[in-house]
Amino acid sequence: MSKFEFPPSIGSRPVWGTLEPRVGQAHLFVADAQGAEAILDVATPELMAAAHIIFITRGTDYADKLRALNPSQFYEGPSYDAALSRIKRVLSDAKMGLQVYISGTESLMGQMTNEAAQAGVPFESIQTEHRGSTARRMQCVHCKGFTEEVETDPFVCCHCGLNLFVRDHYSRRLAAYQGVCVDAEDPGNVPAQKGIYE
Amino acid sequence: MSAPQKAKAGAEKIAVTVSAVVPVTEYVTRFEFTRTDGADFPPFSGGAHTVVSMEDGDRTRLNPYSLMSDPTDLSHYAISVRREDTGRGGSAFMHSQVAPGDAMTITCPVNLFGLDWRAKKHIFFAGGIGITPFLAMIGQLEQTNGNWELHYAARTPESAAYADMLLAKFPTKVHVYYSGQGVRIPLESLLSGQPLGTHAYVCGPAGLIDLVHDTATGIGWPHSNVHSEEFLAPAPGAPFEVRLCKSDKTITVGEHESLLEAMEREGVDAPFLCRGGSCGQCETNVVSADGGFIHRDHWLDDDDRASGKKIMPCVSRFVGTTLELDR
Ligand code: FES
Repeated sequence: MSKFEFPPSIGSRPVWGTLEPRVGQAHLFVADAQGAEAILDVATPELMAAAHIIFITRGTDYADKLRALNPSQFYEGPSYDAALSRIKRVLSDAKMGLQVYISGTESLMGQMTNEAAQAGVPFESIQTEHRGSTARRMQCVHCKGFTEEVETDPFVCCHCGLNLFVRDHYSRRLAAYQGVCVDAEDPGNVPAQKGIYE
Repeated sequence: MSAPQKAKAGAEKIAVTVSAVVPVTEYVTRFEFTRTDGADFPPFSGGAHTVVSMEDGDRTRLNPYSLMSDPTDLSHYAISVRREDTGRGGSAFMHSQVAPGDAMTITCPVNLFGLDWRAKKHIFFAGGIGITPFLAMIGQLEQTNGNWELHYAARTPESAAYADMLLAKFPTKVHVYYSGQGVRIPLESLLSGQPLGTHAYVCGPAGLIDLVHDTATGIGWPHSNVHSEEFLAPAPGAPFEVRLCKSDKTITVGEHESLLEAMEREGVDAPFLCRGGSCGQCETNVVSADGGFIHRDHWLDDDDRASGKKIMPCVSRFVGTTLELDR
């Protein structure tokens, strides 16, 4: 099961969509791990004829299935950071009429949406679909460091070591949720860890 | 769409003196205004228009025109008017009756066609007299070294108002196409070659506006990156009777006047800003109607139209037996 129904939350929490084919001059697909399934669901031969797929495997084995879609360009890499220089290059060469499809984890969708928007892609041309892990990219409000793949609440900031409470408060600029010290008043009094959506 | 909060009858008025009347082409004349009180004009942004009042005998004509002067120079405002010999008479009045030194009234500028400042590049498409808002936009962008280019279609070199000036000043940014020589703006190739973050703007005849929107949509541009402005002139039509509930009046809209003009003639305080079906200010609720509407505005959406509960009196008409408005 790669789809997850996020519980209703506050207004700042992003709402992800479902990819659908759009009219465009070129189609850029960026996916990580199970995000590949969203591409497999939406792909048509017409889309693939002008498609560039950038796939971040994160240890999964979807790459062959994606390659079999016969996109005009295909890239496979281990992490978002490894793919970023290629993504930047594709965006700097792109023209209006580009459609961007992002699928997979919230961390990927948040960062990639930012990257595309900064390159000038209109928000209306960016689609997202969540698949796979529900882990979050968190920013510690105290040291400003990012901790990736946070699945539990509270968690320990991987930069400053504070015990952080996982908030739904989200920053599009940072593509991260906010983590706030949970035991500031009474150091050491940390609630039991549980899954974020438990 | 919902009606704007405070609907007023026009923007605030300014008393002006005509300071220059300059023929530009066979059909186009520029009118320059200074403030009668000697002060500077209020600031405006490129794309703004003003509504000019013309006292033509016992009739007051109110026509919107784009401001074309440089927004950084507030000592005067300028508009350019194309004489429409088959029009309703406003442009003919400007051309034949208005002379330097005349006192006139115009409204404070209203902008329904502003630049989108998120754009990394602005590409302008002008057809004929649709060049005017772009002159002000270019003036504004040049102040900040903005990234723009203009594609201007006209019938012939003689009829292309301001083309020579633009080509001389901005030879690499301005491109002019003469349909009389069989040259059209190559929309498809232009729109498909624009960098990410480009916004397109079009002003001119309805055919050009539709073509730019359709071409852009066809290659994947989102609607929010394509901006257009077309002031509709009210079209004539069969006279009809209207009951105005709040004013407790029954009036007849003549063949050659709009519903808005008929209400004004009868002294009813009816809101408006653009008088061309774009701004939404004149939106009026229908109390009851037995008949059909001729909606011509760019404001009401399909649901509004289907509901039969709204009309834009500046450009739309009614055909039927009874119409009651909440005005
Ligand atoms: S006055 Fe602007 S839409 Fe009617």
